[in-house]
Amino acid sequence: MRETLLEIRDLHVEVEDKHILKGLDLTIKRGEVHAIMGPNGSGKSTLCHSIMGNPRYKVTGGEIFFEGKDITNLKVNERAKKGIFLSFQSPEEIPGITVDNFIRTSVNIVTGQNMSMLQFAKEMKNTLELLDMDSEYRTRYLNVGFSGGEKKKTEILQMAFLKPKLIMLDEIDSGLDIDALKVVAEAVKKLKTEDMSILIVTHYNRILDYLEPDVISVLMDGRIVKSGDKDLAKILEEKGYDFVRNGV
Amino acid sequence: MKKDEIREIDFSIYDIRDDVKYEFQTGKGLSKEVVLEISEQKNEPSWMREFRLEALAIYQKMPMPTWGVDLSELDIDSIIAYIRPSAKMQRSWEEVPEEIRRTFERLGIPEAERKGLAGVGAQYDSEVIYHNIKESLTKQGVIFEDMDTAVKKYPDIIKEYFMTKNVLPTDHKFAALHAAIWSGGTFVYVPQGVKVEVPLQAYFRMNAPGSGQFEHTLIIADKGSEVHFIEGCSAPQYSVSNLHAGCVELFINEGARIIYSTIENWSKNTYNLNTKRAIVEKDGIIEWISGSFGSKKTMLYPASILKGEGAKAEYTSVTFAAKGQHLDTGSKMIHLAPNTSSKVLAKSISKDGGISSYRGLLKIGTNAEGAKASVQCEGLMLDDISRSDTMPVIDIENDNVDIGHEAKVGRISEEQIFYLMSRGLSEDDARAMIVRGFVEPIAKALPLEYAVEMNRLIKLELEGAIG
Ligand SMILES: Nc1ncnc2c1ncn2[C@@H]1O[C@H](COP(=O)(O)OP(=O)(O)OP(=O)(O)O)[C@@H](O)[C@H]1O
Ligand SMILES: [Mg+2]
Repeated sequence: MRETLLEIRDLHVEVEDKHILKGLDLTIKRGEVHAIMGPNGSGKSTLCHSIMGNPRYKVTGGEIFFEGKDITNLKVNERAKKGIFLSFQSPEEIPGITVDNFIRTSVNIVTGQNMSMLQFAKEMKNTLELLDMDSEYRTRYLNVGFSGGEKKKTEILQMAFLKPKLIMLDEIDSGLDIDALKVVAEAVKKLKTEDMSILIVTHYNRILDYLEPDVISVLMDGRIVKSGDKDLAKILEEKGYDFVRNGV
Repeated sequence: MKKDEIREIDFSIYDIRDDVKYEFQTGKGLSKEVVLEISEQKNEPSWMREFRLEALAIYQKMPMPTWGVDLSELDIDSIIAYIRPSAKMQRSWEEVPEEIRRTFERLGIPEAERKGLAGVGAQYDSEVIYHNIKESLTKQGVIFEDMDTAVKKYPDIIKEYFMTKNVLPTDHKFAALHAAIWSGGTFVYVPQGVKVEVPLQAYFRMNAPGSGQFEHTLIIADKGSEVHFIEGCSAPQYSVSNLHAGCVELFINEGARIIYSTIENWSKNTYNLNTKRAIVEKDGIIEWISGSFGSKKTMLYPASILKGEGAKAEYTSVTFAAKGQHLDTGSKMIHLAPNTSSKVLAKSISKDGGISSYRGLLKIGTNAEGAKASVQCEGLMLDDISRSDTMPVIDIENDNVDIGHEAKVGRISEEQIFYLMSRGLSEDDARAMIVRGFVEPIAKALPLEYAVEMNRLIKLELEGAIG
């Protein structure tokens, strides 16, 4: 039995005074690929932001444990240093800061040591190749003027350097064309080691075919209402969320 | 050193007050006696004395400006107009009195001179205490003198150019004030076709509490010549107000080019009311690079008069206002001839309740057929108690012109900070990174050392105690 990496107990979260998560329980084991599906507006991104610690999402009840430690009140950057990573549904643009500069700064902070220029350049080259990205991205300002797909790839580029323990992919597949989706999915698969867990939020089966989740959970009405294996995604695709609603 | 590297230094160097002996100072305030005393102390020719007295009369008649920043707390009658350290002007640092030399050493001036400046002038309160230029330039006919010496050594040129055809004492109250009690500064003449490859620098240090600094800079770039002039300023913090009202007059003749870079870092009790203007003849180029930090209030609007056909001007600036500061800066681009072009890139930052505004003028005269101009000004507020405004005025009298204009003001977004923090940066680091990114286009335009200096000052401002 693999150990627990993330455990969420009875989580309540409010955004702008709106109660979104209403007693959510979730456990992710080390190495597990866990997909979360659910209707628009059900709170999937809210869940990701809460795990990452976005102060806009107020935890009004419950706890989040990471590697057995309560991180519910931990600052965002401390969570990042513990190995939690969120690939944003809509990544922010940071004018004037190049991709290279940003990733270097971030890696040095998260790992607590200075990566050598040489090592950095080597890893950058390999990862860009893996993601089928041109090296000109290195000198562009972070996400500024990037297409939706380019932004998603850049999130994975960052992830590759940070080597987190928990990778949250919030709709990494939205905005990617068929080829790009394949490239990104395969890159994630390649970058994921046995120690890394993935929490993937998606509306589609295609990415799940690549990433082969161990567990699929359905988030509705602020809770995880159903969990199952990979086949659950296919059933959902056929029957829609009414199936869960009526089936519960 | 890489551009994005920020050197760790001890910021307190700017704030060290020296215990220096002063040989002479006028009483507080402004009067005919004070003006005569300054002139006499300087042993000036009578034409300069008369010029000062006329300017004083103008000053006394002119009203205080009622726009820009609030000057109601500035009490000119409590300012010491002229204060001379007991030090003679020297051409070698060894001969500069120890306490003063130490200050400039801490500010890195002699070192910078050794490393890569063609000449340096250093002014301490009212007087220039060091002035030196590389011999090779003197041989090419380049003149680089402190202004007081220039008045005596080159009376014909100074008489012709000193506040007679560029900035006039009648322009505004502080121009008149400056004309009446100016002291120190630099005169530069670059002969036809001479290109001064390495920059000349003047550093203005105010030390005495409650004093004023009124240095005058006059640069004449003759046909086809080129020079880069760098101006640095600082002062330690006192509880009483200091006043800086300098004046810069640039003459750029046909095909000549001046780069005028300034990094001002006044203490937060200083009123900085400065006048800078360039007259640019045919195909001449003026490039202003300006970093305004510190001061209590600043009003600074470098003007470029594009007088000759094909003349060009660029203005690149960063203004940073923190708690208790109001910095009102901008550029004036006046197109008077055909095919002239100008480009403004101005960034202002405000935090902890500071106010940082861009106030600019773009004027295209009737004769400026085919003129091109672009103005881009951006403000970044670091919190919701600070203010950044942009007030660009555009006045166009010719239809056949190409104008681009963009102004935006924004606040650092919490979502940006969250994004950066999710990659491990602390909240302070995240803010600093956003600010650094904001000024990046300016840092890129600066020579390396100045980019480093600017980043350093920004870092200092960001770390500055809140509350
Ligand atoms: N920053 C915010 N401000 C206001 N409301 C928000 C904010 N973030 C989320 N919400 C609201 O919370 C609810 C859940 O949103 P969330 O983004 O978590 O849904 P989601 O499941 O990720 O949806 P989608 O599948 O469309 O991405 C929605 O009603 C949304 O409008
Ligand atoms: Mg979402």
